[in-house]
Amino acid sequence: MNDLDPKAFDLPATGAPVNLSRRGFLGASLGALVLGVSLPAKVSRAQEAPAKIIPGTRVPAFLEINPDGSVLFRCPFMEGGQGVHTAFAQIIGEELDVDPARFKVEAAPPGPDYLLVMGGMRITGGSFSVRSSYQTMRKLGASGRMMLLQAAAKKLDAPLEELTTEPGEVVHAASGRRVPYGEIAAEAAALPIPEEAPLRDASDFRWIGKPVARLDAHDKSTGKAVYGIDLKVENMLQAAVVHAPRRGQEPGEIANRKEVEAMPGVVSVHALPGAVAVVADRWWRARRAVESLEVSWKEPEAEAKNVMPADFSSEGFKQQLIATPGPGLVAENHGEAATALEKAPKKLEAVYDAPFLAHGQLEPPSALARWNEDGTLDLWTPNQAPEMYQASVAAENGLKPEQVRIHSPLLGGFFGRHFLYHGASPYPQAIALAKATGRPVKVIWTREEEFLRDAFRPLAVARFRAGLDAEGLPEAFFAEAVGEGPTGRWFGRKPEDPDPSAVEGIADKPYAIANRRVEHVVVPSPAMIGWWRSVGHSMNDFFYEAFFDEMAEAGGHDPYELRLKLLAGMPRHKALLEAVGELSGGWRRGPFTAEDGTRRARGVAMASPFNSEVATIAEVSLLDGEAVVHDVWVAIDPGSIVNPAIIEAQVNSAVALGLSSALLEEVVYTDGEPEARNFDAYPILPPEKMPRVHVRILESGAPMGGIGEPGLPGVPPAVVNAVSVLTGERIRSLPLSKLDLTPSGA
Amino acid sequence: MELTINGQTRQIDSEPDTPLLWVLRDEIGLTGVKYGCGVAQCGACTVLVDGVATRSCVTPVESVEGASVATIEAVEEDEVGRRVVAAWVAEQTPQCGYCQSGQVMAATALLKETPKPNDEEIAAAMTNLCRCGTYNAIAAAVRRAAAQG
Repeated sequence: MNDLDPKAFDLPATGAPVNLSRRGFLGASLGALVLGVSLPAKVSRAQEAPAKIIPGTRVPAFLEINPDGSVLFRCPFMEGGQGVHTAFAQIIGEELDVDPARFKVEAAPPGPDYLLVMGGMRITGGSFSVRSSYQTMRKLGASGRMMLLQAAAKKLDAPLEELTTEPGEVVHAASGRRVPYGEIAAEAAALPIPEEAPLRDASDFRWIGKPVARLDAHDKSTGKAVYGIDLKVENMLQAAVVHAPRRGQEPGEIANRKEVEAMPGVVSVHALPGAVAVVADRWWRARRAVESLEVSWKEPEAEAKNVMPADFSSEGFKQQLIATPGPGLVAENHGEAATALEKAPKKLEAVYDAPFLAHGQLEPPSALARWNEDGTLDLWTPNQAPEMYQASVAAENGLKPEQVRIHSPLLGGFFGRHFLYHGASPYPQAIALAKATGRPVKVIWTREEEFLRDAFRPLAVARFRAGLDAEGLPEAFFAEAVGEGPTGRWFGRKPEDPDPSAVEGIADKPYAIANRRVEHVVVPSPAMIGWWRSVGHSMNDFFYEAFFDEMAEAGGHDPYELRLKLLAGMPRHKALLEAVGELSGGWRRGPFTAEDGTRRARGVAMASPFNSEVATIAEVSLLDGEAVVHDVWVAIDPGSIVNPAIIEAQVNSAVALGLSSALLEEVVYTDGEPEARNFDAYPILPPEKMPRVHVRILESGAPMGGIGEPGLPGVPPAVVNAVSVLTGERIRSLPLSKLDLTPSGA
Repeated sequence: MELTINGQTRQIDSEPDTPLLWVLRDEIGLTGVKYGCGVAQCGACTVLVDGVATRSCVTPVESVEGASVATIEAVEEDEVGRRVVAAWVAEQTPQCGYCQSGQVMAATALLKETPKPNDEEIAAAMTNLCRCGTYNAIAAAVRRAAAQG
């Protein structure tokens, strides 16, 4: 998910402008996401707003206090490694007055209580979870505490104002009596939600802002954590699938169907939309059987939608983007970029590109579906948006949403993988196979099928032109972001508006350049595209911050000093840049010789993703034609924080993924198919390439920003800027593994 | 076919060429061992076969007939394994956690063989992939477990 602006949403996928209330258009966007690909006629059903439930207020929908004083919290957000379940235990525990370690957290079912993002949606993405719901969940915890106080007042027959709490109990100091929460939980839960409940003063926080231990560390270190792929229900069968090589093709004749039906454990063979499936008693038997099928794939019908052209290639698409002229849709415009560019004494231009990327979460997708005797459906599947899945499943199967129970397991990584993307999830297959066999069915995709049907980070191109003044300072900047963003694809886009997910990281950078203009040149992608950790920022900050170094070099300025100069009027950014400089021991660009004799250089980059601010420095050397990244220093200012240990872990994680994309990753399409189908041909960052990561957290007090994604975008440009110092040549295309990197002068 | 799994003798009825991973997950019901790639790239499926870290996704069950298999489910029954788990928790290593069963088993195998590994030995043994990038925490946890041995 990107830096979503609700204004970007007042369009359903039909493309027809609508004028709805805020609540209405969020409903419409939800409908557009899930129904635009299937049954647009049912949008109105998804728009029916639930009656008078204010999300995030009804305490019993979220909290259950057990007799032993432990707390079950039904979390609106999915845990996929980012630590959100622990963070909310801290936030609620602080106000409820329960030690976070006493919390058990699980994903809440679909329901109106949990629509906490952007005034009426529920997603786990956009680094939104904590920043969207911090105050709401504090108030919820405080309401819960007030209800416990009220219940205790009745039980003790003591005035409410004489009662206070200590972790897990109500205390009546005057009489020395104490009531454990567990003893009054039922009475408290029956009380009305209090109108007023005082919040704890921030100076008294015991858990918010502290490095509280993750709640899931032991379970995840002992194999006890249960993921979707591990689930089992009574009488369950398992299924494996093989998809058509290209989207749009359909299964034709299966030459050896009878032989395969006779293989061990096989229950049945099925043709599904765009795929074939085998249902068996065990998954390996299903897999062996489905991969034995001899299927003739039929070419798509003329009217088929979402078809992958047989001649599609990523290289050809890149050339198409490079060649597609503007003008584009204006995303940012200050001053007179065109005039200033023309008059500038020195000009430069460059074209950058970045490839399709796979999510590569280590848990392959799975879905378990069970049709019940009363016609309802249970579905267990990894997801980042349960209500959207519910609405989609209901519409696709002729059910009411309340007849579909979505169960949201722990995510074995996600990074944007588990939103609803057309044809990119196994759940429709599980539902169809469960219906066909009359038994619960779990579908697991092989890693190879996952690479074939993942919704990739878009391939994109950026064209830059800049004009420098007599002092070599940029005075004119013109950029065109060419391609398609996932937000426009899945949430719709006004024809005249740029897609924020296509321009974020290029538009609205903080540098003082008087004349600047950023446009989005829209070129739809035949490949299925999706949100990928840090979304547009994942490539656009690379494009921009690497081109920034080109501007600095052309103007004869040090790239760090030029950034400082152009941020003179932006105290928050300037402080951050100075902090990362200091953290790294003082800015030095290099090349310099390290203690081990290697020749090294450093690169710097700034990014403003998801309402947080980040400055990054990377130190790099070259070895055998490849870049070696030794250290990465990150200063991050999310405004204010909940858990510094989890932030540091998330920055490490984002650095790893950003570095992986800079060094190694690229989905290559030829003849309409992705070439790599597993990690052997699509390498991801291995342990030996992990740099040391140094993190400094600044709390400027600005509105709270995101944490899961912001550490990523600065890494590719910081690395590339350092590599360019060593090679003496600018690098404008990723990943670096495509290049033979040789030191300048070698 | 007979196999000793976490100290218990089990009769196996899967086809002999079935990967050990799927015997453990589907026939025995030990789902702590994970499927990630199926081609011995990621190591999420790592178990110990007669004490050796083994990628069970490419290990036909017939090739380990009669062997002793230890999985993550029993890791805390082993003294070294218990220490590794404690270090994993102390370093707050897991994020999504999906790869960590394999990581913990790889670390346990390393420390059983080499109680005081140097950084090169840690790097040589700890080759499993982690998409969350917990590599620095993993290395710190291995060093911590070794230091406490």
